[in-house]
Amino acid sequence: MIQLQNLSKTFKTSNGQLIAVDDVTLTVEQGEIFGIIGYSGAGKSTLIRLLNGLEKPTSGSVSVNGQEISSSSGQALRSARQKVSMIFQHFNLLWSRTVEDNISFPLEIAGISKTKRKERVKELIELVGLTGREKAYPAQLSGGQKQRVGIARALANNPEVLLCDEATSALDPETTDQILELLVDINKRLGLTIALITHEMHVIRKICHRVAVMEAGKVVEMGSVLEIFQTPQQDITKRFVEQVNGPEEASQTIAHLIEQYPSGKLVKLVFVGDRTEQPILSRLIKKYEVEVNIVQGNITQTQNGAYGTLYLQIDGDSLAIDEAINYLHGQDVHTEVISHD
Amino acid sequence: MIENLLPNVDWEKMWEASLETLYMSAMATGFTFVIGLALGILLFLTSPHQLWANKIVYWLTGAFVNIFRSIPFIILIILLIPFTKFLLDTIRGANAALPALIIGAAPFYARMVLIALREIDKGVIEAARSMGAKTSTIIWKVLLPESLPALLSGLTVTAVALVGYTAMAGIIGAGGLGNLAFLDGFQRSREDVTIVSTILILIIVFMIQWIGDTFTSKADKR
Repeated sequence: MIQLQNLSKTFKTSNGQLIAVDDVTLTVEQGEIFGIIGYSGAGKSTLIRLLNGLEKPTSGSVSVNGQEISSSSGQALRSARQKVSMIFQHFNLLWSRTVEDNISFPLEIAGISKTKRKERVKELIELVGLTGREKAYPAQLSGGQKQRVGIARALANNPEVLLCDEATSALDPETTDQILELLVDINKRLGLTIALITHEMHVIRKICHRVAVMEAGKVVEMGSVLEIFQTPQQDITKRFVEQVNGPEEASQTIAHLIEQYPSGKLVKLVFVGDRTEQPILSRLIKKYEVEVNIVQGNITQTQNGAYGTLYLQIDGDSLAIDEAINYLHGQDVHTEVISHD
Repeated sequence: MIENLLPNVDWEKMWEASLETLYMSAMATGFTFVIGLALGILLFLTSPHQLWANKIVYWLTGAFVNIFRSIPFIILIILLIPFTKFLLDTIRGANAALPALIIGAAPFYARMVLIALREIDKGVIEAARSMGAKTSTIIWKVLLPESLPALLSGLTVTAVALVGYTAMAGIIGAGGLGNLAFLDGFQRSREDVTIVSTILILIIVFMIQWIGDTFTSKADKR
């Protein structure tokens, strides 16, 4: 759906040249929710603006649904933009217009007749759950409601791609989740391709299928969200993963666990994808004469499935413990015995 | 009673002069609004990083605005006498004051328009562009409505300034309350005429301010 080929963008500043986007090549598939994560200044805002031609690339190309955005201009670019709409961190609503008039704005731009506009606005207001607030002005809405208006406005002309520019970064956690759910819902119901940029790994985990990590204008790591969470390669990716999972268990805390649970054996299980849904633990307890004590654990849900880590203390007859651990090794989970030394 | 207190005031003349002042102020405000708005939009759109960013046009428009905004009005009227004569074939009367009033006030208003437009959130313009809006759509449906309160309050200030300008224009023969206060009041030492003219000008100014404030707050939905 979206193809970026060796895309670069350089800005001239008073301190010389600033390479905002550096030789980025990536493809976003039809119907996919694709996340781009990076700290501020990583070039992600510029990147997303290249996707709808708000910025022109210095070199390389952008094509959306077969149309080359990077070389389009004038009317061709303006009609292309109606199919690649955008929502913003600060919503960017017209404060002088009511909710319904804001949603109507892109339809006016597209030259839709007044009666059809009215119909479509009504549909959209229902879709984003703003019924009853049609006549309100943006100043009278909460942040979450404003972003709903932004989403309705972006969907007005039945776009093929929705670009989200830090769409939840100005919202509180609860509202963020509601907006993210709305985006997933729209993605599923309308088959809309979504490209989003964010600095919050939580957003990536919750709704994205694939993710690209950006640093200093370059995409340094890319893959399915599950893959990235499970086996982050780059330091920056690891830092982002820690945002969600908390810091990786330092050896000190493991030593602490061992100290706290001196008997039996400590085992670390790593679950991925569907395997988190298998009743491995209950089978273990039924099959072997061991006591199983859950010491610590977490499971993270992503759009591609869940993954998690679980620390168990397995106690009992040493033979039974070994058999139990053997059983775990035979299962489809990554098992690691944490040694006492 | 009133005749004793204000022996020299000819109320018919006062009324006529008030109407002349109102006429000049209203006409000049109307033209100033249109011309100042156009100049202000041009300045805004051609300024760096904007839709029509163009250093030459921006510089030229800016220079024009600054020059005419800086010339003291009383001097501007004198400088514009040949122009007015060419345009209207006379330099007397209310209409003859209009070119000078407009040329004096429009650049002043253009600056206020520029300030008003710069106050608009850049993101809103970007959002309109991301929807595929043409520049003309952005001007009519984003820039003007979004800056309307500031445009109106700026226009109020300009209109009040214009009432002051008409008084100055009156001194060189444009009519109105300024003319009356100067010729009938000051030059013939009839203080009562001067005072009544002043009070009438104040009433006009307060009226303009009140109307302007009402519309400004009505337009502001923030």
